Formats: sequence, C-alpha cells, structure tokens
Amino acid sequence: MARVRVREPLKKLADGQAEHIFDGATVAELLRAFEQTYPALRGWILDERGRIRRHINVFVNGERGTEDTAVTPAALIDVLPAISGG
Amino acid sequence: MTELLVASKKGLFVLEGDPAAGQPFELTSRAFAGEPVEYALRDQRSGRLIAAVTSAFHGPKLWYADDPSGDWDQADGIALPEGGDAALQRIWVIVAGEADGMLYAGGDPGVLFESRDGGVTWELNRALWDHPSRSSWQPGGGGLCLHSIVPWPGEPDKLAVAVSAAGVWLTDDRGASWRRGNAGLIGRYLPEEDQTGSDDLCVHSLQRAPLQPERIFMQFHGGVYRSDDAGESWIEIGSGLPSDFGFPIAVDPADPESVFVIPLNADSDRVSAEGRMCVYESRDAGANWSARGAGLPSEHAYLTVLRQAFCRAGDGAPVELYFGATSGDVFGSGDGGANWFTVADRLAPVHAVTAVH
Repeated sequence: MARVRVREPLKKLADGQAEHIFDGATVAELLRAFEQTYPALRGWILDERGRIRRHINVFVNGERGTEDTAVTPAALIDVLPAISGG
Repeated sequence: MTELLVASKKGLFVLEGDPAAGQPFELTSRAFAGEPVEYALRDQRSGRLIAAVTSAFHGPKLWYADDPSGDWDQADGIALPEGGDAALQRIWVIVAGEADGMLYAGGDPGVLFESRDGGVTWELNRALWDHPSRSSWQPGGGGLCLHSIVPWPGEPDKLAVAVSAAGVWLTDDRGASWRRGNAGLIGRYLPEEDQTGSDDLCVHSLQRAPLQPERIFMQFHGGVYRSDDAGESWIEIGSGLPSDFGFPIAVDPADPESVFVIPLNADSDRVSAEGRMCVYESRDAGANWSARGAGLPSEHAYLTVLRQAFCRAGDGAPVELYFGATSGDVFGSGDGGANWFTVADRLAPVHAVTAVH
C-alpha cells in the first residue's frame, strides 16, 4: 500500500486529508484508485487521456515520476503543482 | 443598474454601475483569484452565474454559483470521453439556449457541451464530436476553439456555431446533425487557388440579429461578413473600415441593421487600428461604417481586444456596449457607442466581458 500526499486544492477534494494509502503497481494505477475513491478529483490530476496534467509534478520517493513509473508498497508519492505561472 | 462580468487572466471581476452616469463602475466582487477565467455568464432566466476557469495545473472546469462572492460548485460532465487521444483544453464561451434550462458551452478542441439543468450537469454533443470531417479540422492560433454559439430566438432546434479554423456549423435538429455554412467566405491567409471553397476557415466571432434571426454578422480573420440566410452563405461587408481584421463583433438587439466591430491593425499587428481606440458602427447592415470613439483613448493607444471581450446589454434603444482590453482597461457606452467612458482600469488582462442590465 503506497502513500499519496497532496496539498490544496486537491486536499479539499479528498475529504480534507493530505495523505492517502492505495494499491497500485504504477503511478497511473495509484492515481486512478485515488480518483475512484474521491470522484471529485476526476480530471484534476489526470486528463481524459490518462496523462498527468502538464503542470502537475508527481514525485516517487522524491524522484520525478511519470504515469508508468513503478511503485512499491513502501513508496511515497507526492502530487504537487509545478513551478509555473504567468 | 448594469452588472458587468469581466473574466480575466487573474480571476473574475464583478462590477456594477449606471452607464448613464458615465463614471467608473463599482468593483463588487472578485472570484477565482489568480486563476485564468475565460468566460462568465449570468443566466438571466435563473440568475445563476456560470464561469469557465482554466487552471494551469488542474485543467479546464466550469463552475456555478448564485452569488459571485460565495461558494462556487464545479459543474459535472465538462470533459472529453476518457481513454481517447484528446483532452479538453479550454472552455471559450457559455451561451443560454432557447429551451428551458438549456445552456451551451463551446471549447477547444472544437467541442460543444449542452446542459439541460441550468449548468449543473453537461454532456458532450456527440454529433459534432463524431463528425466524419473532424480529423481534417485545423486549429487557429488560439487552438481549435469553438468560440461562437448563436441560438435562434424562439426556435430551440436551430443553432449556429463557429470553430476556428473549421468554419461555421449549422443544425436544425437541436444538434443531432450538423452541416457546414461557409459559402462565400474567403481565407486570404490561404494560397490564392485555395482561398475560395476551403473549409479551413478562421471565423473569429458570430452574432445573430435577434429581431431578424436569419441575419448573422461575422468577424472573420480578415473580413467582416453578413449572412441573410441563417448562415448558409456570406457576403463581405468590411469595406470602409480602417482594417477588417479584428476579433469580436456586437449587434444592436433592437435594430437588425446595426453592427459594431473593433478593428485591429492586422493579423501581424493585433492592436487598435491607427493607434487610437475606436469602435466602428454600421446602421445599414455593413454598407457604411462610422467611427465611434468619443471618450476612448484617441492617440498612442495600442490595445488588444479579444474575441469574447465585447458585449452588449439591455434591449436596445439605445443599446449599452462594453469592451475590455488585455491592458486591463474596460470601457462602456450607455448610448449605443456615441459616447464612451472608462468602466475600470488596471484590472488584469481581459479575456471576456458579459453584461446584464
């Protein structure tokens, strides 16, 4: 069971909880499980293609990950807004 | 009293004022602070506000509220089919339909959404999404945006929409089927031999004349056009303007002969024509044009007015007009463009302006 950490506004959409535990072999599987548990999150991290949105960064144990990055049961996944704006 | 919804790069600004006073409006509310708000509409039937917001991080969403200062709820269904090869990029426009509770939203990539419950839930129009020609649609500089939706007063089955750069689309069966409405449009940006008959048509804005619904006016990517047959065919009416390039277009609801445009220098120089901010008006359906700039910056003015940033309010006689620029300035006229005043300045870059009188 890997841990997923989020901040606002995702935290608010996930019952106000910053840390969550899900099963999944890849980042994409974990994030899909996250969305299924909290339907309000649909579309906020992954787009309709199943891709991580362009300005969202996902870190797996502190290293930048992609949808296909493998995760272990002990993994810590951080979902953060990218350093971007205008 | 008029309420103005100014959608900007940094949130939604709500302003209120009396255009007859000719003074800046009061800023009564700001919502979605820091977020790009593409468009906002108050549905006059329900009083509900609907706003399109494109979070740089979390993608495009629609939100609704009764009070702009209160909590906003996310509308459901604003997404493309999952598992495909496309993602929704942006909602460009929201328009009230003719049927009870009906709303439309247009977006990128060339999509139309429909709501039958006043904006709470939405569905993708599948006939347009699945149109066999879609694979050939070309995006304009702003993306493949469905930016104009013009219902037919009293006829909920009839609708015209426009996509940049995939031209005009017409339906007579409430969106169950669509056909093109491009006859007469000329794409000067295409090779000479392809300028007539091409479907790569960069429409910038459509507005229908409410009292003569078969009449639609169009600002094109180089050219101003009028259709007198409900969008089946078009005639060019831009002669007499300092430039026939621009983005928005507005009509007078009380006079189907009246139309207003905001010329920009050219597609290569998208600022107010000749260095002065000016609205041009025709009172004879485009045969003749007159400058209407009293009260607007008259020299060294290089403003850009985007396609959704010009609107009318009221029933006409005279019509109220409002527009905003990417400079953050908003201007208004309470007398059909004869005189203008500054509604607000130093806002964020303006994406869209809508008004309710």
